[in-house]
Amino acid sequence: MGTGALTVATTRVDSRSLLGVSLLGGVVVLAASIAVVITIGPANLSVGDVYAVVFERLGFEAAEVSRIKDGIVWELRLPRTLLAAVCGAGLALCGAIMQSLLRNPLADPFVLGISSGASTGAVLVAVLGLGAGAISLSAGAFAGAVISFALVMLLAAGAGGGTSRVILAGVAGTQLFSALTSFIVISSADAEQTRGVLFWLLGSLSGADWADVTVCGAITLTGLLVCLTQSAALDAFTFGNTAAASLGVSVRWVRVLLLGVTALVTAALVSAAGAIGFVGLVLPHAARFLVGPRNSRLLPTTVLVGAIFMVWVDALARTVFAPQEVPVGVVTALIGVPAFAVILFRMRSTP
Amino acid sequence: MTLRARNVGWSRGGHLVLDGVTIEPRRGETIGLLGPNGSGKSSLLRVLSGIAGPDSGRVLLDDTDITTLPRRQVARRVAMVDQHSDTEVDIAVLDVVRLGRIPHRGLFGGDDYADRGAVDRALDHTAMAPMANRLWHTLSGGERQRAQIARALAQEPDELLLDEPTNHLDIQHQLEILSLVAELPLTSYIALHDLNLAAMFCDRVLVLERGRVVADGTPAKVITTDMVEQVYSVRAGVTIDPATGYPTVTYRPRSVSPVPT
Repeated sequence: MGTGALTVATTRVDSRSLLGVSLLGGVVVLAASIAVVITIGPANLSVGDVYAVVFERLGFEAAEVSRIKDGIVWELRLPRTLLAAVCGAGLALCGAIMQSLLRNPLADPFVLGISSGASTGAVLVAVLGLGAGAISLSAGAFAGAVISFALVMLLAAGAGGGTSRVILAGVAGTQLFSALTSFIVISSADAEQTRGVLFWLLGSLSGADWADVTVCGAITLTGLLVCLTQSAALDAFTFGNTAAASLGVSVRWVRVLLLGVTALVTAALVSAAGAIGFVGLVLPHAARFLVGPRNSRLLPTTVLVGAIFMVWVDALARTVFAPQEVPVGVVTALIGVPAFAVILFRMRSTP
Repeated sequence: MTLRARNVGWSRGGHLVLDGVTIEPRRGETIGLLGPNGSGKSSLLRVLSGIAGPDSGRVLLDDTDITTLPRRQVARRVAMVDQHSDTEVDIAVLDVVRLGRIPHRGLFGGDDYADRGAVDRALDHTAMAPMANRLWHTLSGGERQRAQIARALAQEPDELLLDEPTNHLDIQHQLEILSLVAELPLTSYIALHDLNLAAMFCDRVLVLERGRVVADGTPAKVITTDMVEQVYSVRAGVTIDPATGYPTVTYRPRSVSPVPT
């Protein structure tokens, strides 16, 4: 028992309470970001108007505001900003889970073709009019997500596994499902529908409503809670499946459970906001940089970082060329690709 | 309180990789598994760890078939250090060692005090405490191996399985790792290539050839010129080192005839 061990024990306690404070700080920053972002927009609303609407809606006494202004804040800006936060949180969570589980720093729902698969499923439902309403859209997206995921994993396993094989399989999957989506859209949709679908495919939060926020929020939160119960098991995958098994983890069960959660969250988010790329890839790395690789810390941090990031990206997307709107997926890609390059360079430096 | 193999047979891809292997260890013994590449050393360790179930025969942990026990319960008793343990995660040594506490943890965390004690003891035992905050990719091969052994010790097992723990290490680190393992009060199974190291550190050695046990006993009894010739197809001289009493193997080229005197 050297003093070294003692110091180690003390830092551990400190860093745990520090984490609690940081997470609380993250929540405050997220709330503040949302509060600031909903005051930004092309419509001519004063900051006072915006908060008057919010306070009124939350049941407090507030100044009278016109119905139009009320609609802009409560039916457009707020649900949209909240959906942005949920999408950022959910996609970052999915990325972190996949990176830990597949031991692949480049894994995320977009790169591995799950988002593409979900898009195909959703487009199939939307354009061909199978079923009706938001539920069937999500169901279509989920079916597409699971099918594409299964296909990509099968292809990767068939190619012998390994980081690069999984990514290559993901590339193939993405191409296949993008092509299928284009085929469905071009062969069955009219011009107006096509434009709408294409915009949505790039990732767009413009259609956000409270139903989206509620469904996606509930699914993402449930996903986070499920993943948190498995955070230790997820840590066990650091040195691979065999190492996880020898640490007493039921490898197959944890994989099925967590990859299922990932597919479900991705499907819900894609059916609400389209395929937003690179959030799931890049933000877990940012979070890992902040709190290290332990999943019990990493997952909540990733979720907060993702939410804050997306809230601001969406604000950027709808103001830079206002009143014309840039699809949010375009902005995340513009930020994400250079970050992707940085990750690749870092991988090169570690032997 | 031991991990035993009873007449274990295992096939993979149509090949019989283990064929009627039986081991009855004594508690606290350090057992060396010898044999050429593909003789079944790693397969035997996998089956003993309970990760893979044998096709015939049984692996018993305290008289219970290991495949019928919950994985977590096995992981509290049996720890394994694999041959190729690597990760791209920027994980600190401390966090690697903490992985060993996973089997002891419930759904809502574990006994923090016990966890901390076990982790600190494991770090001290392997002399990794000063490196607790170093990141994995900055460690040398020997340090990585020691970190993995510390992780295994943090599991507080009764049985330790090591697959060629001295691979890619220099002589000093090979000796260090093996004397560390040999001194532990655990029953250890070590797959080894180096016969001289096996002779130095193992209480008992078991020689495998094409999945069968062809010799089993003390190093002095098992490591002989005939065994090396027969199992490894290598000509060798085995002498007893008068300083230590261990058998020492020197290899000889096939074609050399004895030097005339």
